[in-house]
Amino acid sequence: MEQSSNETVSHKKAKPYINPYIGGVLLGIVLLSAFFVAGEGLGASGAFKNVLSVCAAPITSADNTTGFFAKTYKSLMEDSSKWWIALEVLGVLIGGLLSGAISGRLKLKTEHSPKITKKRRLIFALLGGVFFGIGSQFGRGCTSGAALSGMASFSVAGFLTMICIFGTGYALAYFFRKNWI
Amino acid sequence: MAPLVENELISGNFNLLIALFIGLGFGFVLEQSGFSSSRKLAGVFYGYDMTVMKVFFTAAVTAMFGLLFFSLFGWIDLELIYVNNTFLYSAIIGGVLMGIGFIMGGYCPGTSMCAAAIGKIDAMVFIIGIFIGVIIFGIGFPLWEKIYTAKAMGPLKLSDLIGVKDGVFLLLLSVMALAMFFAAEWVEKKFPRDVY
Repeated sequence: MEQSSNETVSHKKAKPYINPYIGGVLLGIVLLSAFFVAGEGLGASGAFKNVLSVCAAPITSADNTTGFFAKTYKSLMEDSSKWWIALEVLGVLIGGLLSGAISGRLKLKTEHSPKITKKRRLIFALLGGVFFGIGSQFGRGCTSGAALSGMASFSVAGFLTMICIFGTGYALAYFFRKNWI
Repeated sequence: MAPLVENELISGNFNLLIALFIGLGFGFVLEQSGFSSSRKLAGVFYGYDMTVMKVFFTAAVTAMFGLLFFSLFGWIDLELIYVNNTFLYSAIIGGVLMGIGFIMGGYCPGTSMCAAAIGKIDAMVFIIGIFIGVIIFGIGFPLWEKIYTAKAMGPLKLSDLIGVKDGVFLLLLSVMALAMFFAAEWVEKKFPRDVY
């Protein structure tokens, strides 16, 4: 967007991020277009479940179980619209890459607070991912699918999940402060 | 006329192609807003960077206004819009677990994809974690199936629950969001901030 003059000078200059409110309006338009086209909002965690159910299919289909992944796989095979979220998430990867390329932010690195080691950052990232993975299944969607899209469709679950995600984050922030500040 | 797919105005395959482009827009906007940085994302919990809250609520309110106005103009049939089903206990458990994941990992699934795309190794590790988490959930599913489906309340809308019209509800939410934005701007001045 606009050139900001107070940007700190680094040796390899990346473009500044866009204004968060403009970003929010743009994200809202993307979300609205998802509703307009497909009748439902955005998501991310569903794609993980779908990919896993396909990978697990040789195992789950053998014993013809009605397990979690078997059920997911069956619905994917019966209804092609269930692939929506997987393709959308593939788009997220491409969109992120494009944006990073345009703004000069493509760089292989582990981002962490100078107060902690790289190893500690990666261990916490892994654990955080595990919690988020389990939680997103209980929540029937993550921050985008359950909280954001749920809120936008006025869903009680959307608001509840959003409050629980951020409420828990704030409640525990003190204990993890060393990792971030 | 909309949702286009529900009304069979576009084919299923074309819908999947559009999914790719909507995802592309999603990823692009997330990255441009700075959601590819875990330290920026985590800032919302410490007050040094409230971007997450600003983007999140602006997006929700924008989409909600869009839905209501589109419906008013007869462009979209709100009856066909998917409202997330509420399973009370599961939604709470899920939200709490995700909150723990957020404060530990600094990402959520969508933002981690976006960050991994620009080369953040911590995001790639986070994604491995998500896969492990979903596998744990799937394998242990019989253990928590009961609680997962308990207290099913259907596609309940919060506006209906508190007994106001969608428009009134959205107005109240917008006022709340504005108050939060003012608070966010104020709080950011109180805490030192780096550029990530």
